[in-house]
Amino acid sequence: MASKTQKLIHMGLIKDNPIFRQILGICSALAVTNVMMNSLIMGIGLMFVTAFSSLTVSIIRKYTPKHIRMMVQTLIIASFVIVVDIFLKAYMPEMSKALGPYVGLIITNCIIMGRAESYAQNNPPLASFIDGMAMGAGYAVVLLAIATVRELLGFGSLFGFDVLGPNWVDWTLMIMPPGAFFMLGIVIWITRNIFPDQAATDVKGGGK
Amino acid sequence: MLEINPWVIFFAAIFTNNMIMSNFLGMCSFIAVSSEIKTSMSLGQAVTFVLAFTTLLNYLVYHYLLVPLQIEHLRFIVFIIVIAAFVQVLEMLIDRYFPALYQALGIFLPLITVNCAIMGVSLFIIIRNYNLMQSMAFGIGSGIGWTLAIVAMAGIRQKIKNNPIPKGLEGPGITIIITGLMALAFIGFSGIVQIQ
Repeated sequence: MASKTQKLIHMGLIKDNPIFRQILGICSALAVTNVMMNSLIMGIGLMFVTAFSSLTVSIIRKYTPKHIRMMVQTLIIASFVIVVDIFLKAYMPEMSKALGPYVGLIITNCIIMGRAESYAQNNPPLASFIDGMAMGAGYAVVLLAIATVRELLGFGSLFGFDVLGPNWVDWTLMIMPPGAFFMLGIVIWITRNIFPDQAATDVKGGGK
Repeated sequence: MLEINPWVIFFAAIFTNNMIMSNFLGMCSFIAVSSEIKTSMSLGQAVTFVLAFTTLLNYLVYHYLLVPLQIEHLRFIVFIIVIAAFVQVLEMLIDRYFPALYQALGIFLPLITVNCAIMGVSLFIIIRNYNLMQSMAFGIGSGIGWTLAIVAMAGIRQKIKNNPIPKGLEGPGITIIITGLMALAFIGFSGIVQIQ
């Protein structure tokens, strides 16, 4: 069991990382990474939703008729996203405002649906839960990595604390949309060189 | 509520607040489908069409159903159902009455349900408190802006198809970098109009 868990976590973080390997769910990866705090909250939110929706889908997988399973999965995901949204509104109203529509857009984030469809549908609840957690973590780690560079260069700070001192000239471009695209492109480039994937070198720009 | 002329919103949605270049919405299909101009154009038209109607439907559902019943927090579920149902009905109607159009758009319609641009626009009109005309202008403008971006991208990708690209950057990597360059160009529009 322990080795299986390790394998799942390794898959989620590196081998099948949703962002740089499968190019899924990058809309929010680009939008919220201008500040580290936003990325952290978004990552945790996504981890929560992926883990619990995978768990739920897996528990009821034997009772769900095949042809309506997409709709059922969407509704399950939407319910968990509403939980996250209400939680943020109640305890972190500022954060809820900063993230804007991107919390709601977790629903259409292909990572969650992809995991539900390809893993949770055929595996026991506990494994699906861990798989969801690992995939969410893989997403959160990449988000944080991008946000670290963007916030450091764009504002000269990390998590809002001034790091580079008053003489630092902000790279405004980094916190604007082009900075996000360049950073994500570079992250994909570096990671694909560090962890080359022999089995699937012809990874297409997949996603839904 | 801020009274912005719907036309201003319409043009802002195309140029300065372009769905892809400044809000990063609909990236998944933008990267997956932008390899040919013709298919991109079809997908763009389908997205614009669906956006125009789902924005209207979601506006009406939110203001005349969810708000009176005080269940605004259920909007995510309701919106996604409205979008999925609309796309399903549209698919059946097109298949029945316009078979030629179905040939062109058919395979893209199911993709649109999970396109975050559709959901995003519906959420933006609620957050920004647009009225009916403003919402319609924003919905249609966003669709046209999205089409503009994906067709431009497809044009560039057709040109670079046979060029040597650094290892690890092929496919999605280079597409995202090009999108970054396009986003730089789109910043040039930002002096024209500004919404939010």
